[in-house]
Amino acid sequence: MSEAAVQVVNFRKRYGPVVAVDNISFEVSRGEIFGLLGPNGAGKTSTLEALEGLRSADGGTLRVMGVDPTREAHKLRDIIGVQLQTSGLPGSMTVREAMRFFCAYHRVPERVDLLQRLGLSEKMSAQYATLSTGQQRRLSLALAVAHNPPVVFLDEPTAGLDVATRIDLHEMMRELRATGTTIVLATHDMAEAEKMCDRVAILLRGRIAAIGTPRELTATGSGFTKVSVRTEKGSLTRSDAAFPGVARKTVQEDYVVYFTTSVGATLSAILAHIEANGDPLIDLRVERPTLEERFLEITNGGGAR
Amino acid sequence: MRAFATHFAFEFRTGLRDKNLLLLNYLFPLGFYVMMGVMMGQINPLFIQTMIPAMAVFAILSATVLGLPNPLVEGRENGVFRSFKINGVPSLSILSIPATTTAFHAIIACFVIALTAKPLFSAPAPVNWLAFALLCVLAAFTCAGLGALIGVVSANTRVTILWSQLIYLPSMMLSGMMVPTSMLPVALRKVGMLLPSTYAMHAFQGLAQGQTTDIQPWAAVGILVAGGILAFGLALYLFSWDSRNTTRRGHPALAMLALLPYIVGAVIF
Repeated sequence: MSEAAVQVVNFRKRYGPVVAVDNISFEVSRGEIFGLLGPNGAGKTSTLEALEGLRSADGGTLRVMGVDPTREAHKLRDIIGVQLQTSGLPGSMTVREAMRFFCAYHRVPERVDLLQRLGLSEKMSAQYATLSTGQQRRLSLALAVAHNPPVVFLDEPTAGLDVATRIDLHEMMRELRATGTTIVLATHDMAEAEKMCDRVAILLRGRIAAIGTPRELTATGSGFTKVSVRTEKGSLTRSDAAFPGVARKTVQEDYVVYFTTSVGATLSAILAHIEANGDPLIDLRVERPTLEERFLEITNGGGAR
Repeated sequence: MRAFATHFAFEFRTGLRDKNLLLLNYLFPLGFYVMMGVMMGQINPLFIQTMIPAMAVFAILSATVLGLPNPLVEGRENGVFRSFKINGVPSLSILSIPATTTAFHAIIACFVIALTAKPLFSAPAPVNWLAFALLCVLAAFTCAGLGALIGVVSANTRVTILWSQLIYLPSMMLSGMMVPTSMLPVALRKVGMLLPSTYAMHAFQGLAQGQTTDIQPWAAVGILVAGGILAFGLALYLFSWDSRNTTRRGHPALAMLALLPYIVGAVIF
């Protein structure tokens, strides 16, 4: 059996004349958190839904733990857990009933422990429609993993959640990864993707525009690292000195900000400059380009590959 | 079996917990029954003779044709069925379990009517209680099939109401529930024979109440059985998990085939 938990080979999906996904291929390794990023209409949901067996492919091959999602739906249900973007539960179903219901269909014992773990123990008798968005998301996640599936698909799991709930869900995702669960995550939240994902694919107009670890993706962009410096006498503000690797310089409040492709050389030169001018250093910050910046660069510039 | 029992228990509780379903399963039919008993007993004493079958059919129609379709449409539109599909809930369960629990509620309401109509309004009780019980099951099965079919083919809840009322309102007037079908003009009597409630009324009157009927009661039973099987079969065939997924097995217009047994009945009788 292949080591990949998820395999997508030349997958195509169209809705009438509109090509939603155009010949994409990628693999997700077992135990990996893989992010699918992209603007609305990029093809993320179509890809996820095809992997979940909700839609058929118009071309290509899809496998989840070696199972064809369309032809082997009966096998698929035990190996995947899905947290859908939309509600997915009857409004009158209570939290406890939902857990009992889904566990019964998966033929596993009821997982009340998961509800407690996700802070829903006081909401056992509450109907789904009366839960807050955060509680609904937590319940949805609990139901998705109740039968211990080896692969979990999460569609915008933290959208609209408060910080505390978001942290809880991230913690849960880390715990799942630690137990070897593969997670495929579709999100608009770049910070979340950068923090949680081992690898990400950026989809643009149905194609993969970039794929790799968040660090790889940010490194392959324009490559500018931001160096912000604040000194006591402001010698850098007045200076016209050209530092190595610096492409651009701006002044933001009390800081002088340099965009550089050569962090080490730039820092050495800046420190030498302020020492020579007898200007004590107050603050120095080095910020790598974020995934969000790289994402915007890709989505604004196009260029799918 | 555990999944079926859990699903059944949930749907049965929903029939009581959901205010709309509680209204259509019990409050509306039983309230209407009491009102009709009080009013019609004075206005039209003949109504009392057919009160139990008429109010039983009314309760069944209310629960199944009015109550059953909307939750099916909402389940599809809100992504509930997508979630069910991912978690291995079969389409047969999605249709048959709510239909069965709805039928269960309707049968309970029917028995409340049958057991109280004599002491409260001096209505003649069924002479054959077993036949009454079996006919309640059959009529509920047939009407639940139609309710499920309406839920499956309706694009939204407004369309559901339209289709439901198209069966429900004529049933009130033309099936013998309010006025005996023998008193209707021939054309309206034929229109009435396109409705399952007409056959249910004749079956109840002939087999449970021991009254004379225009239509052979066993023939009415046959048509109800055929109508129920056809409606459920079509509902399963045309079932769609997802409103966003445009692929489905047949055109919704195929649902009209569910009328076939009643058309045959209208031609024969």
